[in-house]
Amino acid sequence: MRLKELNLRSKIPPMAVLGLIGLIFVVIVDKFLSAYITSVISFIFLYMILAVSLNITNGFTGLFSLGHPAFMGVGGYIASLLILPVFRKEFFLPELPQWLATQQWSFFPAIVMGGLIAAIVALIIGYPVLRLKDHYLGVATIGLIFIVKVILKNNEQYTRGALGLNGLEFKTSIWWIYFWLVITVYVAWKLKFSSYGRTMLGMKENEMACSCLGSNVTALKIMAFVIGAFFAGVSGGLWAHLTTVITPDSFSPSLAFNLVVMLVIGGTGSISGSLIAAGGISLLIEYLRPLEEALGMYGLGQILISVVLLFVLIFRTRGLLGSSELKFLQKEV
Amino acid sequence: MYITELIINGLIQGSLYALIAIGFTMVYGILRLINFAHGDVMMIGAFLTIGLLKINLPWQISMLLILLVGGAVGFTIDKVAFRPMRGAPQVTGFIASLALSLLLQNLGILLFSAQPRNFFLPEFFRKTTLVFGLEVRYLSFVIVFSTFILLTILLLFVKKTKLGIAMRATAENLQVARLMGIRVNTTIMVAFVIGSGLAAYSGMLWGGRYGQVDPLMGFLPGLKAFVAAVIGGVGSIAGAAIGGYILGFSEILFVGLLPVGMSGYRDAFVFGLLIIILLFLPNGILGTSEEVRA
Repeated sequence: MRLKELNLRSKIPPMAVLGLIGLIFVVIVDKFLSAYITSVISFIFLYMILAVSLNITNGFTGLFSLGHPAFMGVGGYIASLLILPVFRKEFFLPELPQWLATQQWSFFPAIVMGGLIAAIVALIIGYPVLRLKDHYLGVATIGLIFIVKVILKNNEQYTRGALGLNGLEFKTSIWWIYFWLVITVYVAWKLKFSSYGRTMLGMKENEMACSCLGSNVTALKIMAFVIGAFFAGVSGGLWAHLTTVITPDSFSPSLAFNLVVMLVIGGTGSISGSLIAAGGISLLIEYLRPLEEALGMYGLGQILISVVLLFVLIFRTRGLLGSSELKFLQKEV
Repeated sequence: MYITELIINGLIQGSLYALIAIGFTMVYGILRLINFAHGDVMMIGAFLTIGLLKINLPWQISMLLILLVGGAVGFTIDKVAFRPMRGAPQVTGFIASLALSLLLQNLGILLFSAQPRNFFLPEFFRKTTLVFGLEVRYLSFVIVFSTFILLTILLLFVKKTKLGIAMRATAENLQVARLMGIRVNTTIMVAFVIGSGLAAYSGMLWGGRYGQVDPLMGFLPGLKAFVAAVIGGVGSIAGAAIGGYILGFSEILFVGLLPVGMSGYRDAFVFGLLIIILLFLPNGILGTSEEVRA
């Protein structure tokens, strides 16, 4: 009896079970709950994608990048420009060059394209920037956020400047977000338990030892950075078509901060940890906003989050799970 | 004529950056900690000025009080946030300072609302005089000269006094300094106090120069001052000052001399500069390189 049980467990990976439960949850939300709740849950899933993908960059390798909003901006704008119907482009962005003005992509390829361009940007930026040490990298990537913002603001021909692109079509249904969440978690999971991922985790502990053992440290760093940027770009596109608007200020350093909070609280390097923390904190963000408005105390939510983070940093440095995963999700080794 | 104007503006902007950059560099030199909340101390200084002028305190006393209260803020920041996590990995302190920065910004929003408000310094600062045929506000003189004086005092303090020497020793090697009987925590505290005092003071000047303050005003100048500290070589006080002036001048010249369409790229220019400096001159102008050992 016991043996049989074990057999069954090893045949069905627990992550697949979790994915299935998630699927049922999405069906329930989509069919039975109000549009408001659906959008709240969409945002929570989106935060989960962002947190898990940032975890690939920051959590696995121990880099400290705050560049996610920059890549979201890149991916978001690319996807929006590709999806925007031709007749609206004529009216909206009359000065768009011919080759771009005639494009009208469907949702999925455009989102992927946004992610790819973001990944290419990360590749170009990453090569020089990843030579920097951890906290310098943090500042350089915040700088990157501002650079992207300024570029978006000043190329009105493509982006309408500070006005941004509004009135985008709503395309990001909860199904799409869930689909991308599953892909993100799958990639992160596979990566973490591959030889690459193991080396990345090793790098976090001791980079010098790793490079002495013959791992190509720089290549792995760039790989982690680029994969993270790809999913950030994808989420930018999803975000734009969920809120139906994108401006240069949509993705700010404080978003990067909130993502870092999720990682720290969940445990940097732990996928299940960042899923839990992203869920909890984005729920908190969503429900504190109405509270702030009701009390007229703007900024309260962010204060609370900052204080929680400070406490975690002082009293529980490793976060909820450290860099390990929830026990029941791991296969018996 | 236009060039004189640019030079004067560069001097002013550079002085402001230098004042903020010093705090960054002092703390970094000892703790290897980039303190993001530093820019927000400047915001506190600006709002404090509004409060002090409202109760009709003479500006001379206000100036002194701002320096002192800024120092007290620095003391508190060190005591509450950074002291409990001493010895943790560098990234921890970095994240903590981000948290602190957002905490201060949002406290500002909570208390003063996010709306920018007008900022007036007393009559004295708004008088003007002619320099090379240009009308220059007294405030500009105050900015340039007080920065110079404060810098000189600080450099003398670090070079000559016992505490200053202890600070330099701690910056060079914290462990050894501790073994030599230096109270490391005291020197760290002093670094926070001095740096924050100067930042708060620069907040008052910054508000006076731009005539507007808001709770988020400190973030970007803080980041740029960090760039200045990197240019000069993080850890070196003279370097921070030099870096501040280089950044101030190059920013003003960038906006002033390039075609109008480019001026929107000002911030991008500063951070592009940061990345380039970090790559080609990672130790800055006056910094020293560190050996990495296993």
